[in-house]
Amino acid sequence: MNFRTFAAFVGPSVFMMLLFIAFPLVSVFKQSFYVTQPIYETVEVETCTPGFLTQTCVTEEKSIPKLDDDGEIITQTQFVGLESYRNVLEPERTWRAISEGSWSVLSTINFWKALRFTLTFTLITLPLVIGFGLAIAIVINNAAQAIRGPVIFVSLLPFIITPVIGALSINWLFRGDGILTAMLEWWLNRDIALFAQAWTIELLMMLYRVWHVAPFAAIVFYAGLQTVNQDSLESAVIDGASRWQRLKYIVIPHLMPLIIFVSMIHLMDAYRVFEEIVGFSSQGYVISLQWLTYDFLVPDQAGNRSISRASASAMLTMVGIVILLIAPLRRTWRDHKGGH
Amino acid sequence: MKLKTLILAGVMSVASGAAWAACSFENTVPLKSLSAGFEAWKAVTDAMAECGNFSASLDQEFREKQPEAFAANPALYQIGGVSNATLVPLLNAGTIRPLDDLVAKYGQDLLPNQLIKVDGQTMAIAMMVNAQHLMYRSDILADLGIAEPKTYADVLAAAEKIKEAGVVEYPLGGTFKTGWNLGQEFVNMYLGEGGEFFAEGNMPAINNEQGVRALETLKAMTAYMDPEYLVSDSTYVQQQFQQGKIAMANLWASRAAAMNDEAESQVVGKVKMAAAPMGSAAPATTIWWDGMVLAKNMSDEEADAAFRVMMEGIDAEMVQANNDVAVWLNPAYTPGELAAGAAASAEAGAKPYPASGPMGIMHTALGNGLADYLTGAKDAQTTLADIEADYLTAAKEAGLVSN
Repeated sequence: MNFRTFAAFVGPSVFMMLLFIAFPLVSVFKQSFYVTQPIYETVEVETCTPGFLTQTCVTEEKSIPKLDDDGEIITQTQFVGLESYRNVLEPERTWRAISEGSWSVLSTINFWKALRFTLTFTLITLPLVIGFGLAIAIVINNAAQAIRGPVIFVSLLPFIITPVIGALSINWLFRGDGILTAMLEWWLNRDIALFAQAWTIELLMMLYRVWHVAPFAAIVFYAGLQTVNQDSLESAVIDGASRWQRLKYIVIPHLMPLIIFVSMIHLMDAYRVFEEIVGFSSQGYVISLQWLTYDFLVPDQAGNRSISRASASAMLTMVGIVILLIAPLRRTWRDHKGGH
Repeated sequence: MKLKTLILAGVMSVASGAAWAACSFENTVPLKSLSAGFEAWKAVTDAMAECGNFSASLDQEFREKQPEAFAANPALYQIGGVSNATLVPLLNAGTIRPLDDLVAKYGQDLLPNQLIKVDGQTMAIAMMVNAQHLMYRSDILADLGIAEPKTYADVLAAAEKIKEAGVVEYPLGGTFKTGWNLGQEFVNMYLGEGGEFFAEGNMPAINNEQGVRALETLKAMTAYMDPEYLVSDSTYVQQQFQQGKIAMANLWASRAAAMNDEAESQVVGKVKMAAAPMGSAAPATTIWWDGMVLAKNMSDEEADAAFRVMMEGIDAEMVQANNDVAVWLNPAYTPGELAAGAAASAEAGAKPYPASGPMGIMHTALGNGLADYLTGAKDAQTTLADIEADYLTAAKEAGLVSN
């Protein structure tokens, strides 16, 4: 393919990627070092609001943003360096907590609380997703040809459901008076409150995520299973290899590149865990890094939002994903070099 | 919710085309409004649609859209539904219009009470008030010989008795969902204790005796509530009441009508409305109002029509047809038993919600930070100190506190 044709094919997607991924990223990176705020002036204001029979009027000092001649709020943007990162990471409090060796204090600081959960969530769901994915793929592969289609369809269903909706359904099923909680209570004959402490919520979230993502892993692995060398499998059978040995020495090594691929996708996805927090409304007990960014970004009722801290937190999330991806990426890189 | 909004909007534009029988004039200027989507707003916007050429967006996310939509020129919506808190960003941005001239022209039927004045200028027209107040199962309390609780000490004592009697699953309900709801609970308690949120220069001032007392009361209540209280919002508490699972709660007046909704409620006629329990200084609640504003960026002709349509929406006819939906501010409103709680709270001296820019940040910091105390991760003083620190960081970033 000559260069012109190549450029014509690739050009539009490079342009799109620059426009929708690279530029926003650069802009977020820049915003994390700047703070934009309105200029406030303090004035005495009398405000009257309805009481029941008469009005309640209060005069108090209020901070009102200054408006320019066009009626726009005057804002100023200033460079603050790493201030926003410091506000997110809270190094002083963190350091104090660490030097006192107090885990409980550390785990009440938002960023570390979120990081702790995000990492636990990512690292625990990863092997489960791979394991269940592989198991489902093998089941599909061994199913009789006639029912294979329906089995694939049914096992893919959880993946098709919109994440927030899925999380909400689990929430409703296990809520204080949800069907499944009621059933468990009847069965175990005791009162169960799954949303009253952190660990049960975390467990439900992981359960949900594995249920949701395992089909994706399964379908990728199932595709890989179709290309396993049948000759090697047959010779292994002749050599007296058990099912488990065939899986361990032939199938899994063959699927390794796919396992790495699925792991990378899952690491990236799970590190940005967000739907579960919203769907389970778990903010009181458990928060994630992505939720923290969202929380900074949502305006309160008076319209304030923390764009700079949100930017800093988003950048930190990205750095986290990059660090997590280093190990699998290095492996792929090594394999790639070795293969050629 | 989105779909529902769309359908509603669709239905409304159809309705607006059909007839304007109940409207006193025929509106010829195309008008749009953006407001929250609860029952009262449905009633009001339905009445406004009778005038024709009007379409309403009832949207739970209105507070995120309103500031931008009103800042556009011409404004994307002519009429906005606000509450005392969501008025602040519009007021700050100067995107709403003083209404004094229109009030003089068309506002003969308004009560002076309805005019929301900022520095002498009418900036909004209030249509209803809302407050959290005590609702209790009169049958249960009467059976156990408990008098109507007047203070939080009474509430806790009553809860203990109900728990011992074991007549309901949980004696208390509470809108303790982490975030806005939980923040609001603290605001109620703290104002009830006579606390002030800010010192000079928007500095936070909640780490004090009143703050600690407010926290302690909240925590004492959780012992009698569903252990999943940190996910329980107004709708959840309302349902707990309707299904007979709780005996008392401090709940919004706008939810009172649902207690007697035969289709949903198993406790019709058994829930009594009373004043919010007293803190040591005032009733532990805040008075909110909902009302309407007009955008600044529109022609005088549009403003004229918008105001007239607005008046039609909150006229006596609408109030009579929807008397129990809200605590209306209108001479035609007959306060029934359902409004007794809100009225009694106001008479006992409940304060209006102290809406302002800094208060918005404080409310968020409270909503996010209080759970750590209730779950036992932090003690009261640390919790309050951390919330203050959190507030300071956000307020500095917003430019409300100088560095």
